[in-house]
Amino acid sequence: MQLFSDSFITAFYLIISGDPDLFEIIFLSVQVSLTSLLGSVIIGLPLGAFLAIHRFKMRSIVLSVLNALMGMPPVVVGLIVYLYLSRSGPLGFLSLLYTPTAMIIAQMLLVIPIIAALSAQIIEDLHSEYNDLFRSLNVSTTRAVFAYIYDARISLLTVILAGFGRAISEVGAVSIVGGNIDHLTRVMTTAIALETSKGNLSLALALGIILLAIALGVNLFAARAKYWVMDKQDV
Amino acid sequence: MSNANVTKTWLEFNLLPIELCSVSFQKSGVCLIDGVSVRLNSRGITVILGPNGAGKSILLRLLHGLEIPNEGTVLFKGVVADETIKRKQAMVFQNAVLLRRSVMENLSFVANLHKPQKPSNLLELLAEVGLAEKQHMPARRLSGGEKQRLCLARALVSQPELLLLDEPTASLDPYSVQMIETLLIKLQHQNTKIIFITHDLNQARRLAEDIIFVHKGRLEVFQPADSFFEKPDSEFAKAFIEGRLIF
Repeated sequence: MQLFSDSFITAFYLIISGDPDLFEIIFLSVQVSLTSLLGSVIIGLPLGAFLAIHRFKMRSIVLSVLNALMGMPPVVVGLIVYLYLSRSGPLGFLSLLYTPTAMIIAQMLLVIPIIAALSAQIIEDLHSEYNDLFRSLNVSTTRAVFAYIYDARISLLTVILAGFGRAISEVGAVSIVGGNIDHLTRVMTTAIALETSKGNLSLALALGIILLAIALGVNLFAARAKYWVMDKQDV
Repeated sequence: MSNANVTKTWLEFNLLPIELCSVSFQKSGVCLIDGVSVRLNSRGITVILGPNGAGKSILLRLLHGLEIPNEGTVLFKGVVADETIKRKQAMVFQNAVLLRRSVMENLSFVANLHKPQKPSNLLELLAEVGLAEKQHMPARRLSGGEKQRLCLARALVSQPELLLLDEPTASLDPYSVQMIETLLIKLQHQNTKIIFITHDLNQARRLAEDIIFVHKGRLEVFQPADSFFEKPDSEFAKAFIEGRLIF
């Protein structure tokens, strides 16, 4: 119990003292996660919508692969990205290894399948409901996709939050491709792992508490937004 | 709905005659519509009657282009429906399909699709179906009758020349039924061709100018409503009217 109370005190002290190292880590964590999330949404959402609306030969295989990729171990993703970005790898000339960009790429590979597979399911349900109406109204595919995304926005927000949760809590891939370099690629999860291995459990727990608080804050905000929209639109 | 927006002259009405020429439709190897040929030339309301599973809804979907016939053709004024002809049609489905938006947004979505024909006042259209006061309410919170009236209002946003309705008054209260019937009669007077399915024979008597009677995917009877109810041209139709026809 002493450890937990010490951790809370340390976390509280670190925050109110405005510890620059801590805020640098928090800022980088949020920046990397939000950037990877944005990229994943830009790729994953249209991919999900395409899979939901179009029928083609390999569709069920593509969906099965996406579903399988949702559970892909982060360290495997980290290893693959490492192999591609390492000096001898096909993308080694970009010199991205051990940079925040490499971490963003790794996180995107983890989050895109979540966004695409789950949004495909949500939009497919809506598509089966609206399809006759939209065909009757001669609604173009592009307009239909925007309508699906708009009308399913609350469910899709939940999907995006799941993606954010995956990104911000990820440690295996970002430590492999980021290298946990102080002031450059150290994020909260890798910092927690490092402090734990150094035996600095109080600081590790303090970082964990802050990480939890961020996740909780984002989810509370989303829940609030969800109820607000549900109250207005009954979606 | 202002008359200026809705009223069409006889010259503007150019979808008639509507013809089904030897139309057959199969799904999963089952023949649902079998060689139906009919020519609709009147501007009055046409009612499609028939027992459950007779193929009434499929026939309506074939007319609207939601299903493609395996054999035969559907012609509007002698030509197969293109985009222009399709835009002159609207359909109200048996199950009210509403966007997850407010009542008004359900209408404005369609209005935005038809910019050249956008009505000056969607609120007037809502008032026509008794929903003006509920314009900001989420459409899914409406009652069954209100939902169906909203679907009808939405179908009218594009000012269709041909309105297809699949049991629009099924399981509605008398007030909603009367409101929809009144609106249909008004639309008919404004030269909108209406084809609708109903199981309510009294409603068919009240509204129909001619009747299409379908049984087991075949057209059994196409005759004026008065003579259909007095002396139907088919034994099946007679049994149906008398409540003896078993599918």
